Amino acid sequence: MKVMPCPLNGPRNISEFAYGGEVEELPAPDCGEDTWIDYVYLENNTAGIVREWWYHTPTAYWFIAERDTRTDDILKTYPASDIYKDRVDFSAPPPAEAPGETS
Amino acid sequence: MPFGLLKFGLSRGHPVPRVLPPATDLKDSYDIVIVGGGGHGLATAYYLARDHGITNVAVLDKGYIGGGNTGRNTTIIRSNYLTPEGVKFYDESVNLYQDLANDFDMNLMYSKRGHYTLAHTDGALRTMRWRAEVNKHFGINSELVLRDELRKMVPQLNYSEDVRYPILGALYHEPGAIARHDAVAWGYGVGAAKRGVEIHQNTEVTGFDITPANGSAPKITGVKTTRGTIKAGKVLQAVAGMSGEVAKMAGFKLPIKTVPLQACVSQPLKPFLDAIVVSGSLHVYVSQSARGELVMGGSTDPYGVYQTRSTLDFKEGLMMHMLELLPFIGEVKLLRQWAGMTDMTPDFAPIMGETPVDNYYIDAGWGTWGFKATPVCGKRNAEMLATGRVPDIIAPFALQRYHDFKLVGEKGAASVGH
Repeated sequence: MKVMPCPLNGPRNISEFAYGGEVEELPAPDCGEDTWIDYVYLENNTAGIVREWWYHTPTAYWFIAERDTRTDDILKTYPASDIYKDRVDFSAPPPAEAPGETS
Repeated sequence: MPFGLLKFGLSRGHPVPRVLPPATDLKDSYDIVIVGGGGHGLATAYYLARDHGITNVAVLDKGYIGGGNTGRNTTIIRSNYLTPEGVKFYDESVNLYQDLANDFDMNLMYSKRGHYTLAHTDGALRTMRWRAEVNKHFGINSELVLRDELRKMVPQLNYSEDVRYPILGALYHEPGAIARHDAVAWGYGVGAAKRGVEIHQNTEVTGFDITPANGSAPKITGVKTTRGTIKAGKVLQAVAGMSGEVAKMAGFKLPIKTVPLQACVSQPLKPFLDAIVVSGSLHVYVSQSARGELVMGGSTDPYGVYQTRSTLDFKEGLMMHMLELLPFIGEVKLLRQWAGMTDMTPDFAPIMGETPVDNYYIDAGWGTWGFKATPVCGKRNAEMLATGRVPDIIAPFALQRYHDFKLVGEKGAASVGH
């Protein structure tokens, strides 16, 4: 059995985990169509060491793993908070004035 | 007598026949370079030479021909797809397959069996009905059969209701067949080589010469290999497993995730199963080969790996479902196991045709459905490379479809559970 070292629960059978794809930067909302298409559809699909999201299903815990896709060796796992330290600012920008409208 | 045999064996009058001509040096330049010597690449070379008279062609393979996914699939041929684009495309392939043994003058062990896609839920039955109607609309022999009728057609299966997933019915596809996969690759390879195409094995592509994009589209001019750089008029990328890495060398990304798909065969048994049985819900597909082995495949692995290793999890899962379908095979032993690398696209349809690089064409994204498409890909790729126009039948599979949001949603017709 393949064992995944979960940062929260310790070593567990890989069947307890779900794969969540490569770690990618979320593009800015106004980045343009090509960047969004790249983000949604296109894959790096790297043959080598990649940084990926993994999910421990029984404890609903997302974390990050570094894995070599050529050998399937899990090199390192750590909590997502290790790389995502900043809080996302969800406060709404001031509404733009509709064209032609006068206040 | 033993001396006579020894004398015969040592005599020079009986050389071992070469199937492919001996390897030569690479030439400086080719009209067309095909990256990848699997079924698709070799078929393209074959039809380029046979139908279009273009023989200044080099097929490059980093290993040996047919040594990749062409030799790692479960050899099933069918056209019972879900979308009109897919149905038309795979139907052309099935038709080509039927004459292939004559074309090659080689026995491909093509064997029409009938293909049954089992439905274990009402939702699956509904998809089978949908597929049957789309198929029939295009003149393809597919029919929904319900449980009682299916029991008469394939009596070997377990129709008990005391299982996790009782069989409710199936999509019956009469033209479903199997063929010997190595023979398909060798038939195309030998046919192409006989007509003057050069096949270079152990020749890995390490990069491409692309003219810089000064405002206009970049254009391919040459191919760098481990045996030197060659000039190329046009390049076709027809690799599987490493599609993303090769495309990156040409400067663009693909919507492909590479995931292993594992398969295995049992020890040979007396012939008892003449149908090809597939179940997406149970993650099983099984047929009995001409040698009597049960050829079994399952679902793709849950995450990407660039390796052709087998895992215990896979076999445990597959065997559990096999025993549910055919309980009497409990004592049968496994003989061989392997994995192939499948290039999965988001819409379960291939990527064919033009790319962002001029004169660089692609044939990729073959996921778990590439073997059955070998002849049509070869024929239509050859037409595209010879004329410079993308044939209508492969146009819907363009890479551009992700930009235009015109995906070909084929997931419902995948035999493999995902």
